[in-house]
Amino acid sequence: MALSAPANVRAPSGVGPFFGGLMRSREFTLAAVIIVLSALVATQTPNFLTLENLGPVTTLAAIIAIAAVGEAFVILTKNIDLSVESTIGIVAFVVGLILKQQALPVPAAWAVGVGLGLALGMGNGVIVAVFRVPSIVATLGTLSIFRGLCFFVANGKEINLNDLPDGYTDPASQSFFGVPLFVILAIAIVIVAALVLRYTSLGRIFYAVGSNAEAAATIGVRSRLTVFLAFSVCGMLAGVAGVLWGINYGAIYANSASGESLAVIAAVVVGGVSIAGGSGTVVGAALGALFLGLINNALLLLLLPQEWLQVIYGAVILFAISADALLQLRAQRARARSRVR
Amino acid sequence: MTQDPQTLSQPSAPAPADAGGRPAGRSPRSWSPSSLFRWELLLLVILAVVIWAGNQISQYYIDWTNFGFSISGTMEVAIMALAMTPIIITGDIDLSVESMVGLSGAVLGVLWAGGMPLQLAIPIVLGVGFLGGLLNGLLVTRWGLPALVVTLGTLALYRGLAQVVLGTSYVSNFPSAFTTLGQGYLPGTSIPWTLLAFLLLAVVFGAVLHLTWIGRQIFAIGKNKDAARYAGVRVASLRTALFAVSGMVAAFAGIVLASRTSSVRSDNGTGLTLTVVMIAVLGGVDINGGKGTIPGVILAVFTLAALQSALRLAGVSSEYQNVAIGLLLIVSVIAPQVARRMRALVARVRPGRSGPVRGPMPGEVAR
Repeated sequence: MALSAPANVRAPSGVGPFFGGLMRSREFTLAAVIIVLSALVATQTPNFLTLENLGPVTTLAAIIAIAAVGEAFVILTKNIDLSVESTIGIVAFVVGLILKQQALPVPAAWAVGVGLGLALGMGNGVIVAVFRVPSIVATLGTLSIFRGLCFFVANGKEINLNDLPDGYTDPASQSFFGVPLFVILAIAIVIVAALVLRYTSLGRIFYAVGSNAEAAATIGVRSRLTVFLAFSVCGMLAGVAGVLWGINYGAIYANSASGESLAVIAAVVVGGVSIAGGSGTVVGAALGALFLGLINNALLLLLLPQEWLQVIYGAVILFAISADALLQLRAQRARARSRVR
Repeated sequence: MTQDPQTLSQPSAPAPADAGGRPAGRSPRSWSPSSLFRWELLLLVILAVVIWAGNQISQYYIDWTNFGFSISGTMEVAIMALAMTPIIITGDIDLSVESMVGLSGAVLGVLWAGGMPLQLAIPIVLGVGFLGGLLNGLLVTRWGLPALVVTLGTLALYRGLAQVVLGTSYVSNFPSAFTTLGQGYLPGTSIPWTLLAFLLLAVVFGAVLHLTWIGRQIFAIGKNKDAARYAGVRVASLRTALFAVSGMVAAFAGIVLASRTSSVRSDNGTGLTLTVVMIAVLGGVDINGGKGTIPGVILAVFTLAALQSALRLAGVSSEYQNVAIGLLLIVSVIAPQVARRMRALVARVRPGRSGPVRGPMPGEVAR
C-alpha cells in the first residue's frame, strides 16, 4: 500500500474518491450499525437511551477503546500484544496501592501508573524488536509474567474503596453535556492518535512497516525501532486504561482485567484493523470497542440469559471478520471479472 | 503474522531430507556447528539441569510417586500440544483449544447427568470437538481469515457454549471406572494411564509428521504455502484437517481433565492455551512455521513437568509458576537466536563457512 494512500480505502470506484472511500470504510459501516442497533434496542427497552444506562456502558467502552487504540498501533505493524490485560491489571493495582499507602498525591500516582504501562510496553518492545521474539510468543509470556508481578505486588491483598481518597471514583460517573468524562478523554486520545497516524510521517511509518517491512527499509524506515515504538505506545495507553480502570471500579484485585485482552483485540479487529498489518484506523478500533460494549449492554437489557452473552460475543467477532473477508473476496472476483472483459 | 507465506524469507526450497526442520547432516547447506546445537539436545541438557536443581531442593524430588503425580498434571496440555505442533508448523495457530476443553467437559457432564452411558457420550464429545475444530479450519481456509483472529473468536464462542450447556452448575458424580483413567496408574507402577495415552498419541503424531507424505506436506505448507500448492499439496484441505484434529484432541484433553479432577465446570481449562503454545515453542517448533519435531515437544513436556514439580516442592505458588513458564517461553526463543548470532559471528570471523539461514522475525528487516 502506498504511503500516502488512506489505509482503509478498498478499491474506490464510481462515487467520488472521498465519498466512495467513506462509504466503503469500516468506520462508516460500524457507525451506521451502531446507530441502527441503538435505535432498534431503544424501541424494545426505553431504559437503553438513558444516561443512567449508557453512562456506565460507554465509560467502560471508553477504557477498552483507549487500550484498543494502543493495540491498533501494534497490530498495524503486523504484531500483536496479548499482554494488555495484565498491564491494565498491574497498573490499576499499583496506582491503588500507592494511594492506599498515601505515598504520592493522586496526579503523581496516575503518572506513575502511565509510566509503568509505558515501561512494560517498552519491555515488550525490546523482547520483540531487539531479541526478535515473535510478538505472539513474547506477549503470551509477558501476559503471565506481568500478571505474576501483579500477584507479587498484591501479596494476597486487594484494594477497596475505603483505601482510596474520598470521591476517587467520582470522575467515572461525571459527564459534560451528557457525555461521560472518560468518553471525552477517549475521544481526545483517538483524535490525537488518528491525526498522528494519518497526517504525520511518523504515523505513516507504522503503516509502512506493517504493509511491507522490506519496502519500508528500502526507503529508510527503521522497522525495529517502529515496532518498539508501537509496543511502547500500546503499553502507555494500556497504562492510561489501567488508571481509568481503577477509578471506574474502586475495588481492585490481583486478577483485575483478566480476559480483557480478548475484548481489546476483538475491538481492534471488529474495527477493521487488519491482523495482517498495514491497514485500518484507530477510529475503527475505538468504534469497535463501542460496538462490542453496546452489544453486551443490549443483550443484558433484552433480558437474554447471561450464559448466552459470551456465545453471541464470539459470534459477533467471527461475523464481523467474516463479513469483511467475504466483501474483499467479492471485490476481488468483481475486479477479476472486469479485467477479463 | 502467522499467515504470510514466508516467501521472501525462504531463499531456497526446503529439501525433503529437511523434513524435521532441523539441519540434516546430508543436506547440501549443512553447517557443522549446528548439529552439535540440536535443539532437542539442548532441551535434554535443560531437563537434566532442572532435575539436578529439583534434587537439590527436596529429597522427595526424584521419586516415582512424585514423577507420577507431576506428569499426570501436565497430560492435558501435553496432549493438546501434540495437535498444536503441526498447526504451528503450517504457520497457523489454534487459540481456542482451552475453550474446547471446557465445552467438551460440559457436554460430557450434561450427557452423563442426563443418563447417557459414557461409552456413548465420549464419542459424541469427540465429535463435538471435531466439529468445533472443523469450523475453525473452514473459516481459516475457505474464507481466508487469519487463524489468530478466528480462534480468538471461537475462544469466546466455545467458552460461551460451555456456559450455555452447563450454566453455573457442575457435574462430579462420574463412575470410578472413568475417573481411574485420569487418576490411576498402570498396575504395579507409577506410570499414569494418561501418560500412556499421551505417549501413544505422540507416536502416532510423530510417525505421521516425520515419516509420511502427510508430514512432508505439512512442512512444505509451513515453509511456503504457494510453492506447496503448486507442488500439488491440497493446502486448504490439509490445514482444515489439522484444525479438526486439534479440536478433537482438545475434546479428548477435556475428557482427560474431567476424569483426572472427576468434575466438570464450564470454566474447565481456562488459561491452558498459554501452556500448550509454550510447550510447542519450548519444544523447538518455530512459531513462524516450517520447523518443529514431536520428540522436541515430548522433551518440552517432561521439562515443564520437572520444572513445575521443582517449583512446587520449593513452595512456589501457582501464580509464580506461571511467571516461570512465561520466562521460560521467552528465553526458549531468545536463546537459540543468541546462539545463532554467536555462530554467525564465528562464521564471519572465519571466512569460508556460510552463516546459518533463517527467516526474519516480525519487525526485522533483511539487510
